[in-house]
Amino acid sequence: MPKPAPTQQLIDGLLKGDRLALARAISRVEDDAAEAARIVRGVFAQTGRAHLIGVTGAPGTGKSTLVSALAERYRAQGLTVGVLAVDPTSPFSGGALLGDRVRMTGHSGDAGVFIRSMATRRGTGGLARASADAMLLLDAGGFDRVIVETVGAGQAEIEIASVADTVVVVEAPGLGDEVQAIKAGLLEIADIFAVNKADRKGAGRTVAALEMMLETGGAAAQVRSIFHHGQRMAMEAAASETDAEERWPIPVLETVAVSGGGVDQLRDALERHWAWLEGSGARSAREGRRLGHMLQTLVQAEVLARMERTLPPGLRSDLVEGMMRRQIDPYSAAAEMVKKLSG
Amino acid sequence: MRDDQIRVLIAKPGLDGHDRGAKVIARALRDAGFEVIYTGIRQTPQMIAAAALQEDVDVVGLSILSGAHMTLCPKVVELLHAQGQEDVLVLLGGIIPDEDAAELKAAGVHAVFGPGTSSSEIIAFIRTAMAGG
Ligand code: B12
Ligand SMILES: Nc1nc2c(ncn2[C@@H]2O[C@H](COP(=O)(O)OP(=O)(O)OP(=O)(O)O)[C@@H](O)[C@H]2O)c(=O)[nH]1
Ligand SMILES: [Mg+2]
Repeated sequence: MPKPAPTQQLIDGLLKGDRLALARAISRVEDDAAEAARIVRGVFAQTGRAHLIGVTGAPGTGKSTLVSALAERYRAQGLTVGVLAVDPTSPFSGGALLGDRVRMTGHSGDAGVFIRSMATRRGTGGLARASADAMLLLDAGGFDRVIVETVGAGQAEIEIASVADTVVVVEAPGLGDEVQAIKAGLLEIADIFAVNKADRKGAGRTVAALEMMLETGGAAAQVRSIFHHGQRMAMEAAASETDAEERWPIPVLETVAVSGGGVDQLRDALERHWAWLEGSGARSAREGRRLGHMLQTLVQAEVLARMERTLPPGLRSDLVEGMMRRQIDPYSAAAEMVKKLSG
Repeated sequence: MRDDQIRVLIAKPGLDGHDRGAKVIARALRDAGFEVIYTGIRQTPQMIAAAALQEDVDVVGLSILSGAHMTLCPKVVELLHAQGQEDVLVLLGGIIPDEDAAELKAAGVHAVFGPGTSSSEIIAFIRTAMAGG
């Protein structure tokens, strides 16, 4: 096998629009934390341009098909699109079957669309650990719109709210309707709802149910800020965003991804939200929150890694054994480990 | 933290709708710990090459039961090489007569696996090829 390309060559290449360099840089970032640090350092100054769009929703609602149709509508406006499609890693084998691409054909031969599949590996919350880095690389690679499809999400997969400018939650009729929608934690993170498969019976009911919840609650914006504080992302910026956010009326759109129906409206809503983010100051608030979240994640990972390196060997198993014998409780054991870390 | 995750593209070029074998192989490779990108049926060589590039795969696996392998496979290999992916391992499975297999190997296909090949044989082949580089 030939020698792998030097990191700097990949960085220079991807910044110049070399797609193979971009693809290889994404693999490096996924495989190797030290390389991720080098590559992100090399491109970070060139990021911050793209509109980062998250698409999430229950399994099978049509996210991939919709992302593909949306990419096509952006292309019709002359905008370039990078797509990151995340699917779960099997906890048993560590392998993954990444199938989103099956629904994203029709863009080959178009250098303005770049689609990358990504397995979650050890990531949680519906994304991979490398997802945020890969988004930066797509941004630096010059794509105007970067769309991330999360794994088919339930209530806990809300990590996307921490990495995207705009979150589209995809629903479909007949998923248990109202009850399902109310339960899902996804509701609180939506900037736009797409009720996909609107060609099917019951789409109108799903739209009505969502609209009613948005009205009666009227609280989506409030809930959102509470949730974000819950994520330990409380920063000054968050407060000003809450004010602004109340002025974004969350649209509920019907789409038929397979035929392209309603996708123009979805694109227009996304463009409106992008303009609104800019105009209201919410964009920089969200960016501050996003980068703060990234910082926090990286520090946590580094601290954990350092702990693994520096802890006296056997301390962890001793403490676990002590807990099993009920000689020490979990909180005290944790305090014991942290003490060794700082000392 | 370092992974050396092997990424494999499984694609069905041409108009061939026989997708059982491709799906069996895709699942077997996932269960062996590989990351498998499945593109589905009706892929042109151009689509397969574009996917291989964007996905930065280590292996491209083609599955052809229609008899069109002699035109489709060399085209895929040619496109991969032209875009700088000379190092990608190209595998072919399906209904391939022996004499064709020999010719395709000369054209840059690394191995051909016919009906009845066990998954473990294919997995072992990929592991060996990846380790040998
Ligand atoms: C099942 C089958 C069908 C099913 C397909 C269902 C499906 N969704 O897959 C149906 C009924 C739809 C079908 C239709 C047709 N079929 Co048919 N079909 C078969 C049959 C009996 C078995 C194929 C199969 O699924 N095998 C099981 C899988 C697991 O085996 P496999 O695909 O060979 O895969 C193994 C290896 O080849 C290898 N492998 C395969 N792919 C890959 C990829 C990689 C990367 C690797 C490493 C390995 C690998 O590993 C696998 C595991 O060992 C074969 C005969 C045969 N014995 O092969 C004919 C056969 C393939 N069909 C044939 C024909 C002609 C047709 C039709 C044109 C018939 C017609 N006139 O309508 C249509 C065309 C359909 C289409 N759109 O393309 C011919 C092809 C002749 C040729 N190549 O010259 C065959 C060979 C029958 C024959 N002897 O004439 N068929
Ligand atoms: N009737 C109808 N079917 C659709 C529509 N959009 C997508 N589908 C179908 O729904 C199925 C699932 O579509 P995907 O795009 O793979 O859905 P997904 O949400 O990405 O699925 P996961 O990634 O597995 O969670 C496919 O069979 C699509 O063809 C639609 O608007 N109407
Ligand atoms: Mg999908």
